[in-house]
Amino acid sequence: MKTVFVTVGTTSFDELIETVTTSETVQAIKARGYERLVLQVGRGSVLPAADSCPHITLEAFRFKDSIAEDVKQADLVISHAGAGSCLEAMGAGKSLLVVVNDKLMNNHQLELAQRLHQDSHLLYCTCSTLTETLRTMDLSVLQPFLPGQPEKFANFLDNALGVQ
Amino acid sequence: MGLLVHRSFCIFASVYSGELKCLAAVVDVFVKTSSDVSGGHTTEILRLVESLSGTYSPRHYVIADTDKMSEEKILTFEKSRACSGPNSQFTICRIPRSREVHQSWSSSVASTLKAMQYSLPLMFRVRPDLVLCNGPGTCVPVCAAGLLLGLLGIKKVLLVYVESICRVQTLSLTGKILYPLSDFFFVQWSSLKDRYPKSLFLGRIV
Repeated sequence: MKTVFVTVGTTSFDELIETVTTSETVQAIKARGYERLVLQVGRGSVLPAADSCPHITLEAFRFKDSIAEDVKQADLVISHAGAGSCLEAMGAGKSLLVVVNDKLMNNHQLELAQRLHQDSHLLYCTCSTLTETLRTMDLSVLQPFLPGQPEKFANFLDNALGVQ
Repeated sequence: MGLLVHRSFCIFASVYSGELKCLAAVVDVFVKTSSDVSGGHTTEILRLVESLSGTYSPRHYVIADTDKMSEEKILTFEKSRACSGPNSQFTICRIPRSREVHQSWSSSVASTLKAMQYSLPLMFRVRPDLVLCNGPGTCVPVCAAGLLLGLLGIKKVLLVYVESICRVQTLSLTGKILYPLSDFFFVQWSSLKDRYPKSLFLGRIV
């Protein structure tokens, strides 16, 4: 089953969870061929009951030690703008749609999401434009996100410290 | 509210230089990271430590506050490291956190000074050659203690700061504080390199 995985990391993002479970948005998701919707709601106060959405298979949970498996099974990841969540989804090679929480003040996390969007690594919207984005998005424009290279850092330090 | 608290931890590692052997051999690397509740920063710092060779050992991790999540990540990380090679000595230490998210300036100074009551004796005891940090709060008392060791002529402590990959256009508060004080200050986006010319840019390293 083609799956959409929604993640808010360790934050609370009720607006996203509510928006993504409206019948309008669920219809948009289904129209794209997705049949399963998995919600990771974090600290949010909205935790939909399993199968509380008609027309789509729904699962919801707050936290897991690792969401790697959920990300792996997903065909599309819808995430808050948290770096960890974004990097995890992109690192797994998944198409990523970031929903910006415009209620957060001084949201420095936006810097990364904006840059990654600029570089075509993810798509980007707000809760109010989520449904429309799901209807019209073109995932084929997304570029793979190459992993970082910590070995460059290690080499630098080794040279600086004279480590062989 | 507790969930908004920045947790930080530091790790030390020891660098053994094959050439110098028993003389100036034991070098402690002090690595500092912030593990806020998202854990993203913890992940970043552990990726960096993972890339370091076995000569960076022992590693002392300092966790601010009762941060179970970071402790678990460290234990998991060190366990997997133990499987792959020697030099897996590490310890985990705790010091009070210096600053909470949105904490006022004046109370941040007070809590930073309080944290220094722990970071100073810790640094004096361990005497690291290298401090590695990547986040807010607790980096400051640790680096301050490191600088003090140098100023007092006790030990030259290299301060290595790696700004988070989250930071594309602006530095974190800790980054701004440590930019003039660090020996090596890494940024991961060219836009920051342009704004902070003394920083080092090797591309994305996590």
